[in-house]
Parts: sequence; structure tokens; C-alpha cells
Amino acid sequence: MLVPKAALELRSRLLHATRSFFHERGFTEIETPVRLRAPALETHIDAESSGDYWLRTSPELHMKRLLASGHEKIFQLGPCFRHGERGDRHNPEYTMLEWYRANADYTDILADAKALIAGLAGESASIVYQGQRIDLLPRWERLTAQEAFVRWAGWDPVAVWDEERFNLDLVEKIEPAMPRDVPFVLTDYPAPAAALARRKPGNPAVAERWEVYIGGLEIANAYSELIDPVEQRRRFEEAAAQRRALNKKVYPLDEAFLSALSQMPPSGGVALGFDRLVMLFADAPTLDGVMAFRE
Amino acid sequence: MSYKASDLRKGLKILWEGQPYEIVEFQFVKPGKGAAMYKCRVKHMLQGNTIEKTFREVDSFEKPDLESRELQFSYENGSQFVFSDPDTYEEFLVDEEVLGRNKLLLDDAMRVDVLFYNGKAVEVTLPIFVEKVIIETEPGFKGNTATNTTKPAKVTGGYDIQVPLFISEGDNVRIDTRTGQYADRVAKK
Repeated sequence: MLVPKAALELRSRLLHATRSFFHERGFTEIETPVRLRAPALETHIDAESSGDYWLRTSPELHMKRLLASGHEKIFQLGPCFRHGERGDRHNPEYTMLEWYRANADYTDILADAKALIAGLAGESASIVYQGQRIDLLPRWERLTAQEAFVRWAGWDPVAVWDEERFNLDLVEKIEPAMPRDVPFVLTDYPAPAAALARRKPGNPAVAERWEVYIGGLEIANAYSELIDPVEQRRRFEEAAAQRRALNKKVYPLDEAFLSALSQMPPSGGVALGFDRLVMLFADAPTLDGVMAFRE
Repeated sequence: MSYKASDLRKGLKILWEGQPYEIVEFQFVKPGKGAAMYKCRVKHMLQGNTIEKTFREVDSFEKPDLESRELQFSYENGSQFVFSDPDTYEEFLVDEEVLGRNKLLLDDAMRVDVLFYNGKAVEVTLPIFVEKVIIETEPGFKGNTATNTTKPAKVTGGYDIQVPLFISEGDNVRIDTRTGQYADRVAKK
């Protein structure tokens, strides 16, 4: 199926506007390796192999090494690859937008995300997606994971962690209940779902992580970045053990990243699925409407 | 032989909790950093009811014992329809409910695909197009070639369909068995 020319032109404008947004705010566009010896160890994210290397599932670890070496505001737009992810909203190869700020946290990143996405919508700061009008400014509704699960799923994942139930209820109860007329931010995830986020100062049961959903699409995942190399190594090793138990490939630890981490300032960062963002603005129900070539 | 959750796709037939199901809707989902899941709507192959079920990455399924045979329609015998193998003449029985309204479209010696589950016929697939003669409809309006306005009609065998206004009694039409609807008019034999 051929993608409408208008959708690819829209995509081109959004790429340009996104780059302009960051350049105007003093960010440096950077490019990091696509082929990696050691992709990030996460339990449920599988890398595509490429000879003796792996294709990156995210540029996160290299971008953090740049933060550790003194860069303060960086962004990257480029391809990432995830093995086995294929569906209306997934493609094994896709375009990721990531940006990081040194001496900042996940609230600063949320402010960036609001300004970027509302700005892309132009003067109206609103879009219509699949028949639903969505106001992108000024109010993004926000609930902690604890509030959302207690309200919509009837249990507290911070008090009692159950990963399988958490993910299933997220899909079957939380996502369908989210408001659709404004972006919705799910924030402060239970610590076991922290991934690469730091625990909340004063409340270590939760991690400083948010995800924003727009029009029912999961658009971006942000952290106050974990900068403790000991804790990071422990989490990688835990993910490695879980992958081993699931019979998944276990990638080597990225020692260069781990040793750089002690030099990294407190930072906030985010990964945004750019193709899904284009889906919203193109009013496309699936990725088929926004990617020029889908296998 | 079994299926992994990642093998799931629309149209796949699986054995789940001992029962045969066909996947009729399928969506790959993967929330946040969580495990992949497969949101499905599945249809019970014997009872015909559908339910929603989210399968997990670790789920696996046996293949149902299914066999497809190309048979030809022989005759109707009470609430059962008899089909036979065109080479061996071996006869197979199909319950009326399995055929549903399609029983009215069967012609003598029509070739069909019959799907058997554990030896019992559960699905009969007719040729995509079957040709019938209109035996009952309001008089046609020859000049009206519009296809978006329709009127009721009955065809040989007693099957009811909606047809365009220009169709008259005695016309030959083709019915699309995938939708059960009028497809087009064809020249009389």
C-alpha cells in the first residue's frame, strides 16, 4: 500500500519543525552508533542482530556518555530497531526522537514535551485524531501510576508489585480509561518498573518516570535519569537474569557506559516514538499511513 | 507441533484450554517497558461465539486437529447434508447448523472445502461466487442502472438477497459467498 504523498510531506515538515524546536533552544543534534556491542539490558526489549553486533534499540546509553563528557542539551532523531515488534503501532525499524538535559529532571523534560508537541500543532494547538478533538495546550492530565491503578484497576501496584498483572491491567483497564480529549501523563511508576529512572527522593517506592499517551497512543517515555553506577549495574544484572530465565539472548554489560555514569550530572531524558507522533498529526490509524515502506 | 504467542495472526486456528478457536481480530501491544501481548478476539469453532482475550508472550497453543477436504455436494437428508469425495465416493455428513443460510446456495455436485475438527465437519467454504437465477422480484426498471438502490429478491434454492432495481425475474446473477450478497448480473446460459 502506497503512503499518501501528503502524509510524507507532513512527516517531512514535522521532522524539520522538531529539529528547529531543539536548535532554537540551544540543543546540539548528535549522532551515535547504530551498531552496538552491548545494547541496553532490559527484560522485554529484544535487539536485532547485525553480524557480531546488535542494532540499537535506543541511543540512550551513548547519549548519556555524552552527558557525562560535558554536553548539557542534546537530541537525536534516528532509526532504532526492536526484534519481533510488529503491529498497527509497532514496526521492527522505526524512528526515535530522544533528548536529554543535564542538571534537570523529568519535570523539565515534560515541559519540553508540551512545548514541542503543542508547537507542532501550530496556532490552534489542537488536533483531531480518529474523530476526537485533542487539546494539546495547556492542560495535560496527570495521574501517578498508583492513583491510576487504584482508580481504574482497583489495586495498588506500589504496595504490592505484580509485573504481569501490572502490564495486563495497563492494556486492558488503564489505557482504555485514560481521557482522550487531552494528553494524559502516567507518572511515578512503581520502583520495580523504574527501568533506567532514579527513585524519587523522599519516596523510594516509586521511580521518576513518566509516559505520555495522546489519543490512546503511547508517545513518549521519560526519566529523571539513574546516575548511580552501582544501582545501574544491579538493574542490568537483574534484567540479564530475567532474560536468561525467559530464554532470551543476554547482551554483555556496557562497561564504558557504566564507568561514565559516575561522571554524569543529574539529568532528565526522554524517548519519543516519532512515527506515532506523525500518526497523530496525519490522523492515521496505523503506522501504514506514515511510513513510506513497511515490510 | 504447537504455536507460540508470536505466531498468532488473524485467521490462525488454535487449541486454547482444550477448545478450538479461530483468531478473528488481532492486535500486537507492548505497553511501556512491559512484555509483548496479543489482544485478540477469538471465535469458538464449534459454538460460533466470540470472546476477547489478551494472550501473553509466554503463552503457547496446540494446533487443533484440523483436516480440510475438497468434497462435492450429494444430497440433503433431514437435518444433515451429505457430501462425497469425488475420487473415492466416500460420504461425509455435515450438520445443517454448520452450513447456516449457505445451505440454500448448494447445487448438485458443487465443489466445496469442508473443514473437519477431530473428524467432525465444522466449516464449509463454498466457491467465492455462485450463480443463481432470480425466481421472484418486483418488475425491473431497465433504464435504472444504479446499484446503490436495491429491492428484495429470491433466487433458485430459496435464498433471499437484495438486488439492484434493473434486475428482473429470470435473470442470472452471481452471489459472493464471502458476504452473502449480490455481486453482479451474468449472461443467461
